[in-house]
Amino acid sequence: MELSRRTFIKGAIAGGAGFSLLGFDLTPAVAQMRELKIARATETRSTCPYCAVSCGVLIYTIGDKAKNVTPQVVHVEGDPDHPINRGTLCPKGASLEQDIMNPRRLLKPEVRRPGSDHFEEISWNQAIDEIGQWIKKTRDETFIEKDAQGRTVNRCESLAFIGGCTDTNEFNYLVVKTMRSMGLTYIENQARV
Amino acid sequence: MTNGWTDIKNTDMVLVMGGNPAENHPCGFKWVIEAKRNRNAKLIVVDPRFTRTAATSDLFCQIRAGADIAFLGGMINYALQNNRIAHDYLVNYTNAAFIVKEGFKLPEDGLYSGFDPQTQTYDRSTWTYEEGNDSGGVVTGHPTTSATPLPPGAPKPLPPLPGKVAYDLTLQHPRCVYQLLKQQYARYTPEMVERITGIPKDQFLKAADLYTSVRKDGDMKKVATILYAVGWTQHSYGTQIIRTAAMLQLLLGNVGRAGGGVNALRGHSNIQGATDMGGVFDIWPGYLKVPNPTDTDLATYLKRITPTVSKPDPWESFNYWSNTPKFATSYLKAMYGDAATKENDFCFNWMPKVDRNYSWTQIWDNMYRGSVKGLLAFGMNGVAIGPDSQKNIEALKKADFLVVGEIYPDETSDFWRSPGVSADETKNIKTTVYRLACAGFAEKDGSMTNSARWLQWKNAAVPPPGDCRLDQDIVAQIFLKVRELYQKEGGKFPDPILKLTWAYSDAQHPPLAEFLKELNGKALADLTDPKTQVTIKKGQQLPGFAWLKDDGTTACGNWLYSGCWPEAGNLTQRRGTDDPSGLGVYQNWAWSWPANRRVMYNRASCDPSGKPFDPSRKQVWWNEAAQAWVGIDVPDFKPDSNPKDHMGPFIMNPEGVARIFAPLAAFADGPFPEHYEPIESPVTNAFHPNQSNNPVVKKMKTAADKYAGPSDGYNIICTTYRLTEHYHYWTKNNPMNVQLIPEPFIEVPVELAQELGIKGNDKIKVTSIRSYYIAKAFVTKRIKPMMVDGKKIYQIGIPIHQGYRGIQEDADRDARTILNRLTPTVVDPNAYTPEFKGFLVKVEKV
Repeated sequence: MELSRRTFIKGAIAGGAGFSLLGFDLTPAVAQMRELKIARATETRSTCPYCAVSCGVLIYTIGDKAKNVTPQVVHVEGDPDHPINRGTLCPKGASLEQDIMNPRRLLKPEVRRPGSDHFEEISWNQAIDEIGQWIKKTRDETFIEKDAQGRTVNRCESLAFIGGCTDTNEFNYLVVKTMRSMGLTYIENQARV
Repeated sequence: MTNGWTDIKNTDMVLVMGGNPAENHPCGFKWVIEAKRNRNAKLIVVDPRFTRTAATSDLFCQIRAGADIAFLGGMINYALQNNRIAHDYLVNYTNAAFIVKEGFKLPEDGLYSGFDPQTQTYDRSTWTYEEGNDSGGVVTGHPTTSATPLPPGAPKPLPPLPGKVAYDLTLQHPRCVYQLLKQQYARYTPEMVERITGIPKDQFLKAADLYTSVRKDGDMKKVATILYAVGWTQHSYGTQIIRTAAMLQLLLGNVGRAGGGVNALRGHSNIQGATDMGGVFDIWPGYLKVPNPTDTDLATYLKRITPTVSKPDPWESFNYWSNTPKFATSYLKAMYGDAATKENDFCFNWMPKVDRNYSWTQIWDNMYRGSVKGLLAFGMNGVAIGPDSQKNIEALKKADFLVVGEIYPDETSDFWRSPGVSADETKNIKTTVYRLACAGFAEKDGSMTNSARWLQWKNAAVPPPGDCRLDQDIVAQIFLKVRELYQKEGGKFPDPILKLTWAYSDAQHPPLAEFLKELNGKALADLTDPKTQVTIKKGQQLPGFAWLKDDGTTACGNWLYSGCWPEAGNLTQRRGTDDPSGLGVYQNWAWSWPANRRVMYNRASCDPSGKPFDPSRKQVWWNEAAQAWVGIDVPDFKPDSNPKDHMGPFIMNPEGVARIFAPLAAFADGPFPEHYEPIESPVTNAFHPNQSNNPVVKKMKTAADKYAGPSDGYNIICTTYRLTEHYHYWTKNNPMNVQLIPEPFIEVPVELAQELGIKGNDKIKVTSIRSYYIAKAFVTKRIKPMMVDGKKIYQIGIPIHQGYRGIQEDADRDARTILNRLTPTVVDPNAYTPEFKGFLVKVEKV
């Protein structure tokens, strides 16, 4: 059997005890050796969100999985099993931990009202309620059932959706499904630009 | 990609052009290095800059930005002149032997037959094949030298391709595709290549000789690959650049083979998947064309979009798109479920119909003009992306509302306080802006499709922080709110919204796994395969797209993804690292569309009798005993088609063969690529000065849209690019990446810097007719001045990554200008991609 990287590490640590045969006792030193930061971490397989090579990454989190405990990311590295990147990451992938835990993250919904010079907090319910109303109002005011030649077109040309290229297939499918159902014709993503 | 990242190790020759994978796809580029080390593969890099990819090359050519078709056309000419072609492949696997209809004219004057200068469009009815049989080398008619006059009146719908195509397997007929190809590219001599591209003739000949050396003396063993990225797509003729590459690869017999193909490296992590899902205006999921208003019912629509076979009579053509009705009907069933019945045309008329271009730049143009009133942007920073960022900012000022879903504050959500907007002006901006805190990649599960078409499932590692929500929950909740409002209040045409299928286990928080199952498709009735007597029970997941039906008994969100989640479960989660062939196939790692096939068109890796061209790189082959195609990859072919039936390997074309000549409506601007100048160019077209630009490209017409030429004082070519340390407009929020590259810069050739008295680190201003950009000068030998058509030309390069929101920007440590203020709004007529590469600027010291 091929020696995987992880069994190798385990073997290397266990091998430490064997050195006592050398005539001096390494046990206290081994006992005091700091445990690997990721030893008791949960390993989650993920995919780098940046370019289309889609390198495999391993995200290590610590947390006891109790309901009120939020797992903490302690380490991110390239997945050595991944056939394409084989454990390597580029300067962007190597800094993913800072992308996951970043003080600049937006943490709540906000709204900037007409004429205002700042964002203000808004509850999720209120934001979704208002956005729903905007969409319905705009769609109702501009929906085109027939074109100039009397042909059925059933489209809404006054609303646009953009994005999705760093999100999942499932998210993109959900977007296209819901937006097309509302009659949107302006659906575009980064593939165009 | 026709092939994949790990497959690159199988190549003997790599041409990288319009891309810089060493810096932009570093962990994928290692496979080029593997090929160099282990197979002694050669690497040719053609780029305006001496990049880090170029630094590892065997041969580097510095090209003028935008001159790619001239270079590749010159390569085609060289291959033809020196008999470096795959003759049997060409005759049997491409339309080289097909005879083109009389009346078709090549663009010696820059125009193909059928051009209408009033509408700036082509009547493409002469761009087709002649109906008939084997001409046996007998010549009928001659190539046309003058344009066919347009018939008066409105454009008619194009006639279909002839069912029986006239052909000449000797390739001698003057109107056969092969002869027209020769005639078209005979003009692309090494001298002309030098005049247009700026690459000295001897350098070009070295590159052409090296690249085509894989087909020396017609030997088919060696394989060459082409890798490209947005350096090709972002031109007003970008699609045709890529087509020229595909034609070159076909001419050399490199498509379908391990270590070959035409490989789009692609930018974003799921740009492939987002497009597969129909996330662009002109397609439904799985590349089904969107309906237009002439499609009065489903039958009319299906008839229009389903191709019919067009081939030489004795040959076979699988014409896989003939299954279009099954794909489209199953999609409508996925959308509308029980509401979609045979009687109501499966709700076909509920789907919006389009008859014009609704692409990216049209969104901003029509918002600027006032007709687009609301924009939802999720993970897409439209202001920074541009082109012409200032126009996009002006457009947003006129919108009623903007919804931004992001993980960081971005330029788009802050457009109303962008640099240059005064406090007074802010008061007059009436746009309501919602900025919604979304989830990062580690907080979401789901699958993403890489450029090798591998769907890889990931798991969520942590919950979203603070009060952030999952993107899918936000869009679902917005949709459900709209649906609730229509339920309560009624309104315009509510049925498609009210009856959309939404049978997810948690409507407000739909699990992504359930969407992937929907994409795969399921049986809506018991289905039995008459051949094998295998039955799929009602409600079961389908094993693959071969099971789809056009009678409403199957539902499938995206036919291309059918097979990714059969009854056995989610195959995109697979992590099998076995690769018994050693060719980097990894059949059990994740799942690849279509049908878990890793190299597309792999039937073409064999000769017509079904034997691999290179026995040391066997992918698929015909097994006479089993009467079946077998191999280490899933055969991209009708599994039981005996080679003696001569079925073409390019099963997605109605011809069964690949298109050297792309007939009828395939392209807006010509069945062969022709060199045109960028919309802003320092020189006129050396082939046809009176038709310098792509004739069907239209400029935008609002007050914000401006274009300049050298006579306006703009004569330095500017090209945009990306750095290995940054990702678009995203990592400027990330301390480590900002430490690596803290501020923007402008790459300026030493000679130009000397002329302008600029030293490294001086602040300089680059101005296009649209706007300006300020950053420090990075004086470099990586871009040298060039001689183009007898004129000394300078090129500069600018990375795209900075803006007015980011770590450095918020600390006021950079100029806070967006690069894409400089770029023009003009698009490729086929893919509608803007011309970010190769526009004109002035440079001065600040």
